[in-house]
Amino acid sequence: MKKFRIAALPFAVYAGIFIVAPIILIFMYSFQGAGGEFTLENFTRFFNFSDPTYLKVLWRSIYLAAISTVICLLLGYPMAYILSKLPNRIRGILSFLFVLPMWMNFLLRTYAWMTLLERTGIINTFLSNLGLPTWDIMYTQGAVILGNVYNFLPFMILPIYNVLIKIDKSVLEASADLGGNGSVTFRKVIFPLSIPGVISGISMTFMPAVTTFVISKLLGGGQNALIGDLIENQFKVTGDWGFGSAMSVILMVLILAAMQIMQRYEDENDGSGGVLL
Amino acid sequence: MKKKLSPLSIIYSCLIFVFLYAPIAVLIIYSFNASKSRGTWGGFSLKWYAELFSNSDIMSALVTTLTIAVISAAVSVVIGTAAAVGIYYSKRRTKALLTSAANIPMLNADIVTGISLLLLFTFLKIDLGYITILLAHITFNIPYVILSVMPKLRQLDKNAYEAAIDLGATPLRAFFSVIIPEISPGIVTGAILAFTMSIDDFVISFFTTGGGVSTLSIEIYTMAKRGIKPEINALSAIMFLVVMTLLIIVNVRSSNAEKKREQ
Repeated sequence: MKKFRIAALPFAVYAGIFIVAPIILIFMYSFQGAGGEFTLENFTRFFNFSDPTYLKVLWRSIYLAAISTVICLLLGYPMAYILSKLPNRIRGILSFLFVLPMWMNFLLRTYAWMTLLERTGIINTFLSNLGLPTWDIMYTQGAVILGNVYNFLPFMILPIYNVLIKIDKSVLEASADLGGNGSVTFRKVIFPLSIPGVISGISMTFMPAVTTFVISKLLGGGQNALIGDLIENQFKVTGDWGFGSAMSVILMVLILAAMQIMQRYEDENDGSGGVLL
Repeated sequence: MKKKLSPLSIIYSCLIFVFLYAPIAVLIIYSFNASKSRGTWGGFSLKWYAELFSNSDIMSALVTTLTIAVISAAVSVVIGTAAAVGIYYSKRRTKALLTSAANIPMLNADIVTGISLLLLFTFLKIDLGYITILLAHITFNIPYVILSVMPKLRQLDKNAYEAAIDLGATPLRAFFSVIIPEISPGIVTGAILAFTMSIDDFVISFFTTGGGVSTLSIEIYTMAKRGIKPEINALSAIMFLVVMTLLIIVNVRSSNAEKKREQ
């Protein structure tokens, strides 16, 4: 069946041109000045500690993505747990209903929140009709977090749910037989076994949240720009491709590092999971 | 082991449910609002649906979105399926190399993939527009096809192919009449995945478009920044209905298939 190897050739060519070459180009541009000469200026400009404008944006992106991820975890874990406890038939229908909003164009979903949160939007009209003070959340960091949580919550629920339904029931019975009550079984058995799901949930929410520029632009207004907005700006407005490429390189390195850490954590946990069983 | 749900967990599920569906419900309800302003209810009307279909910007964006989704899915199914077969039978080093190449677009942030392709197209002096969006979509779709076909190849019964050869089939004939039918569920999954990924994409299209070519996502983004027209509410209601119907059909079909397999 060796002759089938040739079938990968079109992909190898395509990947060379459209996957590998573009990545090389990003690195090339990131070391290029305005006149095409080699320079480190794009990077020194970003890591300028006496004027940390850009570092602040990077920090804000990480900080908002981290808060959004924690909220997703706190909201999503109980939901995944409840779902996993349901009888098979209802579980299928309910998990379908949880995935359904995810298939809706995410710009439309984010726009729907604009309708809800605006100063004259539905929530505020409702509040002022009741004589309550209005909630001015639009164009704040709170709105960006809310947009992140809304868009990425299903990405947290699903992987945890998938791990929870695969937990061997006999392990839970063993824990109960050995005298573990509900909360002990949860802390010592269920939660440790669900860590792989939690880890992939965290990476599936944190990664898109840290790189987004749509949510921050639509819900956060101008003053809550994230690293994604900065990159977008270099390519769509100011035309400083070298600086934009340098920031993309930084973003790539950041994501790779985060994934390495996650991977290591997951591996360690696999080990302890083995001991536990 | 099955216990009844506590009232607390029912309330909790309902709250999460409301959180997920409230914005979508709002869009759908407001698509029937006769008043143009979002704060007030002006009575029931279907006029935004009528205006949607006469809005040439939205309609041409819809055509662009659908044709790019269909063409990019078709091309990536062909290249991706062939790639999966080739990778599967390759030596270890080639296999590792090609698999990591396929992983790059899936691991990278969309914004990085988008600008890397923008740099490539500029470097090659290809005018940005329909073709560049299409090439970009094929690029991020192929890995999803490979990912869906690969597990089916691992389940393949090697003897079936050998038997076909022994019975006198040419390798190509054996490939199309033995291997392809076996891996076809993976190919179909890959095609559906590629199609939906293409329809849902905004970021990569946004960076690889030019010359006034818009997909629906780009159109919605531009409108959302300028102030949304109520036609978009009508469009989102229709899209939601279409997606829901498609998903229900897919789910019912797959659960029927499962039942058949169990019997």
